[in-house]
Amino acid sequence: MTQPIIQLKGFDKFFGDFAALSQVDLDIKTGEFFSLLGPSGCGKTTLLRSIAGFETPSAGSLYIDGKTMEGVPANKRPTNMVFQSYAIFPHMSVAENVAYGLKARRLPKAEITTRVAEAIAMVGLEGFGGRASHALSGGQRQRVALARALVLKPRVLLLDEPLSALDKKLREQMQSELRRLQRAVGITFVLVTHDQEEALTMSDRIAVMFDGKIAQVATPQALYGQPCSRRVANFIGMMNFLDAKILSTSGDTVEVDVQSLGKLSLSLSQATGGIEGCNSAGVRPEMLTILTGSQTAEREIEAVVSEVFYYGDMTYYDVRLPFKEEPITITMRNTAGRTVLAVGENARVGWSASSLLLLR
Amino acid sequence: MLGRGHFFKWYMGIFLVFLYAPAILLPVFAFNDSSVVSFPLKGFTTKWFAVLQTTDSLHVAVRNSLMIAVTTAIFSTLFGVLAARASTRFSFPGRRSIMGFIMLPMVLPEIIIGVSLLVVIIQMGFELSLWSIILGHILICTPFCIAILSSAFMNLDQSLEEASFDLGQTRWNTFWLVILPLVMPGIVASLLIAFTISLDEFIIAFFLAGTEPTLPVYIWGQLRFPQKLPSLMALGTILLVLSISLLLIADYFRRRGVRKTGIENSGGFL
Ligand SMILES: Nc1ncnc2c1ncn2[C@@H]1O[C@H](COP(=O)(O)OP(=O)(O)OP(=O)(O)O)[C@@H](O)[C@H]1O
Ligand SMILES: [Mg+2]
Repeated sequence: MTQPIIQLKGFDKFFGDFAALSQVDLDIKTGEFFSLLGPSGCGKTTLLRSIAGFETPSAGSLYIDGKTMEGVPANKRPTNMVFQSYAIFPHMSVAENVAYGLKARRLPKAEITTRVAEAIAMVGLEGFGGRASHALSGGQRQRVALARALVLKPRVLLLDEPLSALDKKLREQMQSELRRLQRAVGITFVLVTHDQEEALTMSDRIAVMFDGKIAQVATPQALYGQPCSRRVANFIGMMNFLDAKILSTSGDTVEVDVQSLGKLSLSLSQATGGIEGCNSAGVRPEMLTILTGSQTAEREIEAVVSEVFYYGDMTYYDVRLPFKEEPITITMRNTAGRTVLAVGENARVGWSASSLLLLR
Repeated sequence: MLGRGHFFKWYMGIFLVFLYAPAILLPVFAFNDSSVVSFPLKGFTTKWFAVLQTTDSLHVAVRNSLMIAVTTAIFSTLFGVLAARASTRFSFPGRRSIMGFIMLPMVLPEIIIGVSLLVVIIQMGFELSLWSIILGHILICTPFCIAILSSAFMNLDQSLEEASFDLGQTRWNTFWLVILPLVMPGIVASLLIAFTISLDEFIIAFFLAGTEPTLPVYIWGQLRFPQKLPSLMALGTILLVLSISLLLIADYFRRRGVRKTGIENSGGFL
């Protein structure tokens, strides 16, 4: 196994009495696109700034490339950062911005010129080198910030919500471009985001954070398919929750009593965060179907449509199950011939025991 | 019937007349061909300006004033940079009250500063010299410089500094390559303001002058001689034009700084 490029062990960061990070253990692999995902204020930026060297840990240690970073200032670390505000130097041209780090390293002029031109081309800003940087658009500033960091060929590129200031269309374009860029340069990217969709589409692996702690580290599919807790499941995509009571476990099977669905026997692997303390069953909206006509499913339950949200390609239904106050959500693809149900109609909901997750 | 708006308009009109009419009289009489400063005007002349050219004692006073103003501007701006940098970047216990005390001379009557400095300097056994005036002027100019420079430093995005550091530059070079160029307009504005304040400050200069008068002190001395009045009007005209120009230049630089750092324009003198 190759050694992780970034390694945090028992990392704590206090601001006064407030623990912005507590007991963070994290390994980031060389060359991966890693995302830190979590709600506002959970400590993502603090973690990123700690790796960059702008925050010193209150306890614990950080290794980059196997070397301890204790006492190593930001300007001596093999990391570079793309700031949320981009932090483009307003009094310098695009090329001067990109050349800044190379000049700090006192490289020969000729080398600086070629590397700056390469970097500017790499982010698609050919011909913009002489532009004054305060006259750039948001997307262009972002590219300059990327070029300025990547031209130094860091071991790790840290990005703090680099796309949050862009409009939706540009954001989607930059998402795929960032991914392409990361594959091209092979540098480890650590991206901070609070947008779960962004994290899912771009990352090799994702760390979900809550309240300064890491809740789960996994690939996008694992995170979506096997969340370790209700909180993670709720943060990544949508999930319906039903009260569940563990009756007994024997070997690989678990007997549970699930609200509305009754007594079931599930596999132990469906308790994705461990069976300990599980008190709810979760099911993704797309794992349920509304059956029409002669369609049948492994299991069926009668429900009443309480709300319909029509999105064109999809319809989101809120339906009420017997013995459950809160309606659950079902998403259905609007394939040819499928009629959209109206509020108040009865619906036959098809489900399967294997699509349930047991969570705490 | 006069509405409230009308009343306010009249009020402003009268206020502006009282504020600027005396100043306008300066150039009017400076070019008036009569040794008596009174209406009706006699005719156009530039001879009062010629008189200024041949008055040696005036030249000494001008040289003193320029020396004091330049030195004051440099030192108070330097102190201003240090204080503004410290107050916007670092938080330390008692920061607010310390800044409050530093800003106090802005509202303290100059006569108090003048008298107290005089007492201190004499008590300590120093001779009164141009340097004692410089000391007093630095004291009153520094708060203005801090006010101007604080806004320049505050407008600076802190992540620019971090970005420079992150890109491998040292803190020292970051100051020279990133911070200083971006606050330069503020520094120029601060230099000009301090220069202007020092140039026409009278009370402190009068108390601490010793044997070497500054320009305002010289002018005050000359007011005893009625025949000198028209040439003083000419001198006043030059000072008026100079002061207004400097203020305009200072504000131009402040605005340019605002534009460069891309922050909304707020405040300012003009
Ligand atoms: N310098 C600081 N001094 C005091 N508290 C701080 C400091 N920096 C961050 N915090 C606190 O630490 C917590 C985590 O902050 P952080 O900026 O890491 O959150 P975040 O996950 O990046 O949130 P967001 O998505 O809003 O950017 C917040 O509650 C914040 O108020
Ligand atoms: Mg943040």
